[in-house]
Formats: sequence, structure tokens, C-alpha cells
Amino acid sequence: MSTAIQFDPIRLPSEAEALRKEVRAFLQDEIAAGTFDPNAVAASGFNREFSRKVGAKGWIGLTWPKKFGGQERSFLERYVVTEEFRVANAPVRGHFTADRQSGPTIMKYAQDHIKDDVLPRIIRGECSFCIGMSEPNSGSDLFAASTRATKTDGGWLINGTKIWTSGAHNSDYMIGLFRTSPSTKENRRHGLTQFLVKMGQPGITVNPVVQMTGIHEFNEVVFENLFIADDHVFGEIDMAWKQATSELAYERSGPERFLETFYVLPELVRVLGNKPDTRGAEGIGRLVAQLHTMRRMSVSVNGMLQAGKEPTLQGSLVKNLGTLWEQSLPSKARDLAAFSEADPGNRATFEELLQFATMIAPKLTIQGGTTEVLRGIIARGLDLR
Amino acid sequence: MSDSDNIIVDTTTRIFQDLCDPQTVNNAADDSWKQPLWDALEESGLTLAWVSDELGGAGVDITDGFDILRVSGSFASPVPLGETLLAGWLLSRVGVQPPTGMMTVAPQRADDRVTLGADGALSGTVRQIPFAANAGHIAILAHAGDAPVIALVAASDCAIAEGLNIAGDNQNTVTFDGVTPSVVKPAPDGLDARSLYMMGAAARSAQMAGALESALQISVAYAQERVAFGRPIGKFQAVQHNLAELGCEVAASAAASSSAADALQTALRKGDVFDQQIFLEVAAAKIRVGEAAGKGAAIAHQAHGAIGFTKEHILNRFTRRLWAWRDDFGGESAWAVELGAMVAANGADELWPLLASR
Repeated sequence: MSTAIQFDPIRLPSEAEALRKEVRAFLQDEIAAGTFDPNAVAASGFNREFSRKVGAKGWIGLTWPKKFGGQERSFLERYVVTEEFRVANAPVRGHFTADRQSGPTIMKYAQDHIKDDVLPRIIRGECSFCIGMSEPNSGSDLFAASTRATKTDGGWLINGTKIWTSGAHNSDYMIGLFRTSPSTKENRRHGLTQFLVKMGQPGITVNPVVQMTGIHEFNEVVFENLFIADDHVFGEIDMAWKQATSELAYERSGPERFLETFYVLPELVRVLGNKPDTRGAEGIGRLVAQLHTMRRMSVSVNGMLQAGKEPTLQGSLVKNLGTLWEQSLPSKARDLAAFSEADPGNRATFEELLQFATMIAPKLTIQGGTTEVLRGIIARGLDLR
Repeated sequence: MSDSDNIIVDTTTRIFQDLCDPQTVNNAADDSWKQPLWDALEESGLTLAWVSDELGGAGVDITDGFDILRVSGSFASPVPLGETLLAGWLLSRVGVQPPTGMMTVAPQRADDRVTLGADGALSGTVRQIPFAANAGHIAILAHAGDAPVIALVAASDCAIAEGLNIAGDNQNTVTFDGVTPSVVKPAPDGLDARSLYMMGAAARSAQMAGALESALQISVAYAQERVAFGRPIGKFQAVQHNLAELGCEVAASAAASSSAADALQTALRKGDVFDQQIFLEVAAAKIRVGEAAGKGAAIAHQAHGAIGFTKEHILNRFTRRLWAWRDDFGGESAWAVELGAMVAANGADELWPLLASR
């Protein structure tokens, strides 16, 4: 009697731990130099100068083939870089999307001259990406996208609107999903094509959508007769649905999927002091146990991927559990700190971080695949669909 | 997983499939199925998996032993396989050849203690010893003064009170007053009552992970078969989402328990180094798998409707053992208080380095 939801107990290799030391030293230096403040969680997170420094260290495109300027190092090493940057609240927006998603898509589907042009710039930290998927009437239902790409001489004309596009205002490129044909009765996913869009041209208007935190991360991106040349098409026309994606498990299972509100936890520990009461100790203990388990699952998925396995179901399980956990952390911390009498200075930092985390919590189970969508994917993995 | 692991897992699975089929056991009028199962486990060497070759055991890796327990949990095994493995491990560590037959270990609770007096007799009462009434022998982590010793006693020499856990399995208060052990050996350096407590907690975590796998499998199969409102209930999104959540709990349990097993193997290989990292691993497993047991059992029952909480349906064999096992060798709350106290004493800035070290 056994359903195979296996998680091999994979440990990070020694080279990854050596890299961790380097990354920590680098981050400490940057914090000391005032490049960023690890407690300023509300800062925009986009810092091109910082991204360039990260690029110079060789930490962008770490796993990519050498012929594109990568280092062909393992996904477990990349894992360490990602988690250390995340825990330090380093401003990674200038390169994170390109590193995680866009670069791998380009390597797979772009024409050679585009690879040669773009990939080295990503690796140097000089080229940022956004993802143009959601639309006003197409969120979770990705295949309802209606922004049109119409064939014209030598290329395509784009018309329509993308929304919730993170970082569009700071991006050099978008990888956009546009409708090139109507869907068919047999396949409603048919008819969408991936394009590389150079941002900042006439025909593209980027309007900010400010979140309740006051942060400008999302945008509305309006296309009006934007011309895209034929060689900027990624993969087959109308077949984007097939191109999704072997990278999905990486995207779903990374440490960013459960560490987004992590900063609350050490502050909670600080506020409750060195000798918390039974309630406080139990609360911390449970949170730490849950987080440790999440991380062990996530490392395991990355290790299995590195070993050439395809833990697709495990990836979705990790993302679902991870995002729910990071979402619940602020409210649990609030409960546990309710009677704390730590010194007001500590409490002030905690309150500030908690406020911010409480306001970003709702988005964590929406962005990149809602809880409802993920549960559907898991149900399919369990043969219920 | 190496090939040898698979052989161990396959052998265990086959024996339980043949002799401990949950439906057959559930329908059985008496316990006559039990002895053949135990005999088969014993003949295959699984009961002494953690006993070295020289002492007549199978001498498998620590992680392989936890795999055996995961499989036994996936059949809601009502025999003291985990307890016998633990007892064999204790005895093997001091070079004592274990007796044949069922064994158990004491103490099980962190706050219970057995003392070895200068006269060579034991004293102390320990509570909730699993399967003490079934066991031929009890391996004890006792104290001579402050020094931990490992002792073996015949269960028939001890006062064993009647008692059952929520699953209906024996769980007994045992009094050792005046009992002279047949063997007493000083525990190896680094091995003490905490070591047994941690091994026991990891054993229960593995068993619960196995039981949760089965609870998921049974629930999914039921949802695919049971028709209501004109279609299988598994086609309803609400049911699918509940079962997806159960899948997440199964996944977390599998990851946490296998990680703790791996960590303990490392700790023992290093010479009984039970440091903070190992404590984190075991505590996290017992806490997280225990949480999954509660949540998972609830979802499995909800999916089954009324039939799930009848005696005739096999689900209760799994859920009642999940509820029982989460309490053994420290419940979630007990482990969480200890883990939280450790994290707090280390200070906020040490939290991430500790997590990242695993």
C-alpha cells in the first residue's frame, strides 16, 4: 500500500556550502557599504548596480551552459545563492526573473543571434525581464489571453493589454504570450505564441498599478500596433501551450516559494526573547519545524531535478505548501507576539515588518499560480482528473 | 535509493501484503493472523534489522530500518516491529545478542526514568509502554546514578498493567521495582535516554508517514469509486481540493521523516553526535508529521463520509494509529516547546544559519 510521493533526503554538496560562505561574505559587505538595508523590506528590490555586482561574481546564469557564458554549476549551488539572497532581502529584481525563467526559455526557443545578444547581458546583470502573461480577462485562465499578434510584412503587430506585470517599468525585455490564432474546439489552448518584446519602444505604454503597501511592482502594459520582427518569435506559432515547460518544477519549488515573509520569524524570536514562555516556545518550535520541512522538500525537488528526475507533482506540492506557509506566518507571529514585553526598540522593527508582511500575504497564494490552480494540478497528479 | 534498499522495502511490503492485509485483519474474528506475520518478519531478519551481523541480526543501515517502519506503517501494522527494532538497536550497541520474539523499549516518555540500584535491581514505573503486554523482553535505558546503562529484562518479571491506546493496541504502565535484569551494560559514550527518545520519535514519524500514504491512497480510490449526484465524488472540485491538501500533508511527512532518518544515520555514524542540527531534524519530523497525522486523518475521514468511521471499513485502522503514534515518544507540543526554547536561547540571528545547515 504505497502512493509514491517520494522526497529523497538530499543534502547540499560541499561545493554549495563553500559557495554559501562566499555569498554571505558578499552580502555582508554590500550591507556594510549601504547598498541595501536587509530590514527595508518595502524597498523596491530593483537595483541595477547591485545586479551588475552579482553578475560580476558569476552568480547569474550559474547553471547555464558555458557557451552562453554560464558556469554549468549545479542547481543545488544555485539554490544556495537564491536562498541566501532571499533571506538577506537583497534587491534581486534586476536579474532574478531573467535568471530563473527568461534565460532558460531563450536558451531553448530563441534564434542563435538573439541568444548571443541577450544571454551574456543577463549574465552580467545588465538585462532585466518581465513576464507578459496575465490580462484583464485572463489570469489563472492563461489560455483566455486575447492580446493579438497580427501577421504583417516581416513580423507581427501587437495590440492589447497585459496586467499584473511585475517589474515591467524596470525591464529591458518582456517574454509575452500573444494570440496568433483563435483557439480550436478540440484544443482551447491552441493559438498562443511566445514573443520576445523589447521594452521602451513606441507602441508600448507602461502604467503603474500600485499595491496596498504603496509599492509599485505591478504594471499595466498597453500595446498599440507594436511591431515585432519574425525572428523574435519563440518556438512554434500557435503552440506556446506545448512549450510550458520543463522549468516549471524549478520555478515552483525554489526557496522563494516559502521565504518571502521569512524576515518576520527572526524578529518574532527577538521580540519573544531568549526565554519565551511555553506558548511562545511552542509557537516558534512549530514554525521552525514547518519551515525546516518546507526547505527539506524544496532542496529535495531541486536535487531530484539535478539528478535528471521529473518531480513535477512534488514541485506543485512544494509551492502549494510553501506559499500557504509564508502567507500564514505573519498572522501566527502576530498571535504569538501579542503579550510580548520586549523592549520597545525591538518591537518597533517587528511591527514594521509585520505590517508589511501582512499586506503582501494575500498575493503570495495568487502570484505565479493560485492555490486553487495548484490544488487542481495536484488532484490531476493524484489521478482525480 | 540503492538496490539493497529496494530489496528490504520489497521484502517488507510482500510480507505485510501476504499476512497483514488491512481488510483481512479488519475482518478477522481473533488475533490468530498475528503469529504467522511475526514469524515471517522474524524469519526474514526484519525484526532484528538494526542488530549487527555478529549478533545474529540483519545489520542494515539505520535509514533502511526506518524504511521498514514506513512500510509497516502503510499497513497500519499492529505488531511491535518498531519497538523490537529499537530494542535490538539498544542491545546491539552494547554487544548483547537479542532474544528472539517480540520486544519493546522503556522509557517512552521523556519524563519517565528507570533506576539501577547498587544491589543490581531496577526501580521505577514507566507509563504508556507500547506493546509491553505482548513483548517477551523489554530493553531499558536505565540510570545507575547518573550513568546511562542498557538493561534487558524478561517482561514476565515486571508488573505490567492493562492498557490500550486509541488504536486498541497494548500500551502499558510497567513497574520494574525489584526486577534484576539478565544483562546490564554501560551505554556507549554519547548514547543516553535522549538518544532512545529521538530514535523512537523518528520511528513513529516513519510509521506515520507510511500510514498517511495509505490514507491518501484509500481516500483517492474511494473518491474515484463512490458515486453521488450522478458522478464519482472525486470529480467534485471541493473533494479534489481536500485530497490535494492531504497529498501535501503526505508529501511533508515523507520529506520530514526521511530527512530525520538520514540525519540520525549520520549522527550515529559519527559516534553518537546528537547535536542541535540532529535535534532540529528529529523534532521537526515529529512535529510536522504529527501535525500531518491530525490534519490528514481528518481529511481522509471527510472524504469517506459515514462509512469511514465504521468498524467494518479499514480506514480506522490507519487513522486510529495516526492518532496513537503522534503521542508516542513526545507529541508535537512537547517537541515544539523544546525546539522553540532552543531556537530562542540561540538568539534570532542564529536561526537561519541553523536551518541552512541542514
